Amino acid sequence: MAENPYTLFLLKGNKVKVCKCFHFEKKLIIQFDINQTHVLWRCNVVKYIGKRLVYMFLTMFLIATATFFLMQTLPGSPIASYNKLNETQRAIVEKKYGIDKPKPVQYAIYMKNLAKGDLGTSFVFKGKSVNDLLASRVKPSFILGAQAMVFGTIIGILLGMLAALKQNTIWDYGSTFFAILGVSIPSFVFASLLQYWVASQWHLLPVGLWNDGWKSSILPSIALAMGPLALSARFIRTEMIEVLSSDYITLAKAKGANGFEIAFKHALRNALIPLVTVLGPVAAGIVTGSLVVEQIFAIPGIGEQFVSSIMTNDFATIMGTTLFFSALLIFIIFIVDLLYGIIDPRIRLSGGKG
Amino acid sequence: MRKEELQQLPPEKFERITIDSSSAERISKPSLSFWQDAWLRLRKNKAAIVSMVVLVLLIIMALIGPHLNGHDGEEQILRHANLPPKIPGIEKLGIFDGTGQLGGEKVNLYEIKKVDEYYWFGTDGLGRDLFTRLWEGTQISLLIAFVAAAIDVVIGVLYGGISGYFGGRVDDVMQRIVEILIGIPTLIIVILMLLIMEPGLTAIIIAISLTGWIGMSRIVRAQILKYRGQEFVLASRTLGASDKRIIGKHLLPNIMGIIIINTMFTIPTAIFFEAFLSFIGLGLQPPAASLGTLINDGYKVMEHQPYFLLFPAVVISVLMIAFNLIGDGLRDALDPKMKD
Amino acid sequence: MEKILQVKDLELSFHTFAGEVKAIRGVSFDLNKGETLAIVGESGSGKSVTTKSIMRLLPESSSEFKNGEILFNGNDLTKLSDKQMQKIRGKEISMIFQDPMTSLNPTMTIGKQVMEPILKHQKVSKTKAKEVGIELLRMVGIPNAENRFKMYPHQFSGGQRQRIVIAIALACNPKVLIADEPTTALDVTIQAQILELMKDIQKKVDTSIIFITHDLGVVANVADRVAVMYGGRIVEVGTVDEIFYNPQHPYTWGLLSSMPSMDLAEEKLYAIPGTPPDLLNPPIGDAFALRSEYALKIDMEQAPPMFKVSDTHYAATWLLHPNAPQVDPPKTIIERMKTFRGSRYYEQANGGDA
Repeated sequence: MAENPYTLFLLKGNKVKVCKCFHFEKKLIIQFDINQTHVLWRCNVVKYIGKRLVYMFLTMFLIATATFFLMQTLPGSPIASYNKLNETQRAIVEKKYGIDKPKPVQYAIYMKNLAKGDLGTSFVFKGKSVNDLLASRVKPSFILGAQAMVFGTIIGILLGMLAALKQNTIWDYGSTFFAILGVSIPSFVFASLLQYWVASQWHLLPVGLWNDGWKSSILPSIALAMGPLALSARFIRTEMIEVLSSDYITLAKAKGANGFEIAFKHALRNALIPLVTVLGPVAAGIVTGSLVVEQIFAIPGIGEQFVSSIMTNDFATIMGTTLFFSALLIFIIFIVDLLYGIIDPRIRLSGGKG
Repeated sequence: MRKEELQQLPPEKFERITIDSSSAERISKPSLSFWQDAWLRLRKNKAAIVSMVVLVLLIIMALIGPHLNGHDGEEQILRHANLPPKIPGIEKLGIFDGTGQLGGEKVNLYEIKKVDEYYWFGTDGLGRDLFTRLWEGTQISLLIAFVAAAIDVVIGVLYGGISGYFGGRVDDVMQRIVEILIGIPTLIIVILMLLIMEPGLTAIIIAISLTGWIGMSRIVRAQILKYRGQEFVLASRTLGASDKRIIGKHLLPNIMGIIIINTMFTIPTAIFFEAFLSFIGLGLQPPAASLGTLINDGYKVMEHQPYFLLFPAVVISVLMIAFNLIGDGLRDALDPKMKD
Repeated sequence: MEKILQVKDLELSFHTFAGEVKAIRGVSFDLNKGETLAIVGESGSGKSVTTKSIMRLLPESSSEFKNGEILFNGNDLTKLSDKQMQKIRGKEISMIFQDPMTSLNPTMTIGKQVMEPILKHQKVSKTKAKEVGIELLRMVGIPNAENRFKMYPHQFSGGQRQRIVIAIALACNPKVLIADEPTTALDVTIQAQILELMKDIQKKVDTSIIFITHDLGVVANVADRVAVMYGGRIVEVGTVDEIFYNPQHPYTWGLLSSMPSMDLAEEKLYAIPGTPPDLLNPPIGDAFALRSEYALKIDMEQAPPMFKVSDTHYAATWLLHPNAPQVDPPKTIIERMKTFRGSRYYEQANGGDA
């Protein structure tokens, strides 16, 4: 079942070892005969990272190109009040934004700037570069995203563990139901309801904006955290149940380990490792959610910026933010995959079982 | 049994008998096909069964709901704008009796505006009946979800199947493409596609399908690869079975379960994306209604007419929960070992 | 002889989707100090369940003791609390599992796993535990134990892993060691090594062993006494010689006849017809009768009690009842019986006085 394996011949001592390494279902699988050591594994990782970097670059290139050309076909004009301008004014404006040149030239300039990390100039916010625009808005988004990710995942893990350890009890049903709600209810519905009840009706927390420090971040963070929470709770529950029925848990019980030791010392780590693989989708979910949640709570973050730039046809900002999001997500998924390889000491001896 | 009793056992009981050895070979349990077995397991899953019932009810409502109360979803009666819900019968209980807020006071808006008709779920700012619009919106949302899921299945199964079954060069090229595409976040591609297309039903379906099939194709490919190398396929090949027969008789039945499960999770994702896009203003354009646009409209007047948001929010949540629970149930029933 | 463990009339059921599965239907046996008792039987005969129930390792939610007791040190193990059981597991009674590839925790160093029962049950420092652990690994034949202490299970071969599992089981000098098919998953050459190791260790630490297997060849190699299980019951129990050379139960005959042997190469290998009984609806009477060519009328009505053959040899078959007709066992069995002093086919020519 090897998925495009590449074979490595490595010299160890005076023996040649053969191993195969491939990427399958987002997991790094290294296949080789028994008795290999970590040294070999690291060799593979370097090659693996190299391969991944090439793909990341290709993906980004594709996105950048696609973004650029899609934008060219957009209906409407990028410049506010374009229609009110006369011929000469238009020419000046077009020259300023570089849209008087032929498309391939624009594309070349765009890509060149991109390579330097320059995302261009906003069409709507006069003279502001997209980089500055993003930089000024990155903080709230980052705080919300990080809070949602960290708290959501931790609470989700605990909930999932509770459900697995007390399988088929009221605890299990309760947390499973909660997790289903979290997976099912769209974040913007949840955010709207939170805003209506907690903020508007009960006046417990600010309705929106970013003026009350940490308090402002609570509701949007909760709204964003529901997804990761539910996802990790469900995932950990399934993983835990499987781990708990594995032979090594039976052996741990046979050693006389108590419930706590089995849950935390033996089972949790093994259940957590695969959780790492869903962190990528979780991050994507948070980014998606941030677009609407930031809008609902009027948070001056990147998500809100993105939605409003769509409304105003601010091409440069749309392109810049799209690229920023893409790069962020691709990078997160890359890190997650690497992390998975690093924290799992076991090397799959054969892929045959998958 | 005590010793004496043992001694007293009559000798005729110790006659030798011949057991028909075929009876020893009989299979003690009735043999169940994979699908019968799966159905048996699914039936035990109460949550999934309840979800199915709820889902069927919602689909029926989506079909007949718009015609139930005689109002037209696109008919604008400005005099009847912003009316709260009023349901005959239930109004006597003190809820849904047409009471709403006007200038901070609780008054019966139907009496003030001299409206004799009942608007079960109230009306929007243009005086359109929300009950009718809600079910019209549900209809559209479901349509988008089903069509998008169907496209995902067709493309995903074909792509993954071809890639996995033929392997080699074909697989190499096809997988390189997927590996690049899979890096593109769904959100990004969906938004970009919607920006360049005429907003509407088709645009949303295309945008959602554009990346949706990748996940399915990877799963199908992995499954095909897994089964292709197994002995029963090799055996069949040795016996001279054609590609068509191997795919149809051996591979498809085995991966059917996983395709169904995955489809059940694709549908709620599509519902979500439609609503999400409509909520940020990229979805359907007025006067068309979908659950997303209704939530978006409702959100804008949430302060004063919370029910406007509440009804579509409840329907979309229930839909998503039902699909997820059915998906879970199917996964447990069809493939107990499969994980997320 | 001192009885270290007594199982009396044990009955245990699993509650499943389909209904109550009577996995053990009245099992009684004793384990003497220092002996090796082999429990043989085909898959599903209840041999593994019996030992897992001694360790109380069956899932409590789905399994239930219906009757009987397991006496160890004067305590009935079926009635102990979880806490009390944890003190016995790994210390007094320990266990080796079938598949060494899955019975070690993949994310924990083998050192930690070996030290765990030591730290758990004996009040020793970590340094001391480490010393003991290394000593144990050395004893079970892991070369270079100090250096390999910090390695993970995947860095060991199957045979080595089973040695490690044995080391873990022996960590606290248990009185009873349960080996659940410890060699089934191993290569034949490794099997022999592990068997040698176990025999060797039994001499050194003077523990009693319950050895579960379906491989009669292994039984002949290691066991002092043998219990044959079928359909959730013990159908015959005796010393190795009694079971191998004077078997009384038709099922034992079947088992022995289906064992390939060097000197009886003339005809095709015997196979017991039919399938094991469905324990969801266990047959009335003798569970084996349906597959036996020696079935009697009464087999269909009443389950046979244990008939005494000798002080150490009992068998549950109506054929031993005084009213039962004389039957001739299969030819290969008669051949065997000819060599056993005390059997009715014993041939004086071989130099006996029966």
